[in-house]
Amino acid sequence: MSRPPPRRVALFVTCLVDLFRPSVGFAAVKLLEDAGCIVEVPPLQVCCGQPAYNSGDRASTKAIARQVIGAFEGYQHVVAPSGSCAGMLSHHYPGLFDDDPAMKTRAENLAARTHELMAFLVDVLGVTKVAARYDGVVTYHDSCSGLRELGVKQQPRTLLGSVQGLGLREMKTPEVCCGFGGTFCVKYPEISNAMVGEKTSDIEASGADTVLAGDLGCLMNMAGKLQREGRAVQVRHVAEVLADMGALAPIGQGEGGER
Amino acid sequence: MQSTARAFKQNAHEALHDPNLQDSLAKLKVGFSERRRQAAERLPEFEALRDRARDIKNHTLENLDFYLEEFERKVLALGGHVHWAPTAEDARRIIADLCKSVGARTIAKSKSMVSEEIGLNDHLEALGIAPIETDLGEYIIQLRHEPPSHIIAPAVHLTKDQVADTFLEHHRELGFTRRLTERNDLVAEARQVLRQKFLDADVGLNGANFLVAETGSSMLVTNEGNADLSNTLPRMQIVLASIEKVIPTLEDAAVLLRVLARSATGQESSAYTTLNTGPKRAGDLDGPEQYHVVILDNGRSSVLGTRMQDMLRCIRCGACMNHCPVYGAIGGHAYGWVYPGPIGAVLTPQLIGVEEAGNLPNASTFCGHCESVCPVRIPLPRLMRHWREREFERHLTPRAARQGLALWSFVARRPKLYRRLSGFANKLLALFGRAEGRYRSLPLASGWTRFRDFPAPQPGGTFHAQWARQHSRVRP
Repeated sequence: MSRPPPRRVALFVTCLVDLFRPSVGFAAVKLLEDAGCIVEVPPLQVCCGQPAYNSGDRASTKAIARQVIGAFEGYQHVVAPSGSCAGMLSHHYPGLFDDDPAMKTRAENLAARTHELMAFLVDVLGVTKVAARYDGVVTYHDSCSGLRELGVKQQPRTLLGSVQGLGLREMKTPEVCCGFGGTFCVKYPEISNAMVGEKTSDIEASGADTVLAGDLGCLMNMAGKLQREGRAVQVRHVAEVLADMGALAPIGQGEGGER
Repeated sequence: MQSTARAFKQNAHEALHDPNLQDSLAKLKVGFSERRRQAAERLPEFEALRDRARDIKNHTLENLDFYLEEFERKVLALGGHVHWAPTAEDARRIIADLCKSVGARTIAKSKSMVSEEIGLNDHLEALGIAPIETDLGEYIIQLRHEPPSHIIAPAVHLTKDQVADTFLEHHRELGFTRRLTERNDLVAEARQVLRQKFLDADVGLNGANFLVAETGSSMLVTNEGNADLSNTLPRMQIVLASIEKVIPTLEDAAVLLRVLARSATGQESSAYTTLNTGPKRAGDLDGPEQYHVVILDNGRSSVLGTRMQDMLRCIRCGACMNHCPVYGAIGGHAYGWVYPGPIGAVLTPQLIGVEEAGNLPNASTFCGHCESVCPVRIPLPRLMRHWREREFERHLTPRAARQGLALWSFVARRPKLYRRLSGFANKLLALFGRAEGRYRSLPLASGWTRFRDFPAPQPGGTFHAQWARQHSRVRP
């Protein structure tokens, strides 16, 4: 059987991963390369534009979208370690250009090539197992955009099932929003706090020692609340555990962290 | 009803600190959504029915004038009357005039969110006409002078103990002097009190889940049967409904009923589904002598033909609020007007203005849970975003937020500048946060750090800086 040519994948790093947690980006690169892809990082990428889009600033969103569309032209696939950013490119960009057919075509083209990392690995590449070890009991939070826009649900659980030493224990309501919501968490801090408080109680009640998810915004929100409450649960991006980077300090813990 | 939507944040603050409300919400969150999930799972064609329900409503909205006129023709042929109310004020006046025409002293009401929308009770009381709510939940909140907090469970914000206190306070003068503690006893006492009021009422007023154009029928579902008494015993029946309640046929009603109850309470069907088709006919043993349908627009027709038209598909099941984590945290009253939750966040700015209700469509994480359970697939997050865009266009967004956004989007469009600034921010945040790995407080981020620690960046620079270092040698 002849091997298919390697897929050329452009990584959409996302602004939060770039700024706060580069290891998620490197984990994504490793997982994609292990699956036989050639990974590139287009240098002109910044942010997908969600802060403007969700604040009602359509003009700025379009300007940012134009730039992202240009930056990722010509790549076979575009993959992001985030359901919300991938969903922005694949579900929301085309609708921004209803009055501009040429841009709309380009946006639709990008949309068709864009994938969330877990869905790409499992659904497109057919990956079912990874070479990783993590000695711990984890619970998985289904971030909203990935779950409801992109159908990311089983894929991360399939891959986690192949991690040596890892046990998965589900929360009661893994599909309920953690209360992050981008600018929501600072515009309505009290409501956001109530929501993330329910989430951290659910996480603790699961008995897991680690919570994983596929979106850094949600992870930072949950980590910040768990730590403020003094709960000893570690918070990591699912890609890090799958890429065997479980020895890194968890999110929000210093270099002297216990693991 | 007077809106407090402007005070949404303050309302939410109070709701979060109300222990009775939080108790009630904790039960609601588990109950409704779990029952809906089970009901949907038991019916293999449920998802296909949602598509059909959406299509029926879309078709009707695209031909709304035709079906409304068809409905009117049928009602007239049955000997009933149709009254068109462009505004809330028109509807109040029409109903008051009808009540006066029969010298009504009391009217028995059941199940009408539209009557809350037009502030009917206060208006009638001012005219000396006593409206009696006959739905148990509506009756409880009427005694307490509160608005409904949920569109199908108006008193869902109250605990059983609060209801017991309310009944003792108001029923004592009727001879009920014992404080009840059992749910069934409370229901039985309310039934005794209300039964006489049904018999005394001169006019029965109810809402409608659907107006069926082909037969001129109004259709109402309840779990208490109160609507059947309120519309058969009095001499005059008034049906109050908004324009988008019309649907073409009984066949269509059957489809919508199948998704309505399952989405609302997880029941396969509500306990009572009542069709009213005109006044009492010669030879009928009972029924109203006069049958009037008041059809309210109140700004709805202005969204027809626009991308906002989707909001008019709503069949008022309440699934969006039952699954909304924001509603689950603060309940319905915090939204400040008649319709709470995600559908309220979309309808309220349309009905009372985005200046007044701008907070509502903003107070959402866009988690999409509402859209995922909506029986007629209303794209609620998209419609909320529409209001945010109208707000932004009209410069109603707070100035600090606008300025912050303008600065950020200026930088986000300039990758080189962005890299320099993000590299700087990364180093700064990483440097001072290195020891603990997080911040307990951070200037300009108090909204976050008031309740949460803020994770510091990993050491070593941004992803792009590290990537560029690793790949600089292999690049031409």
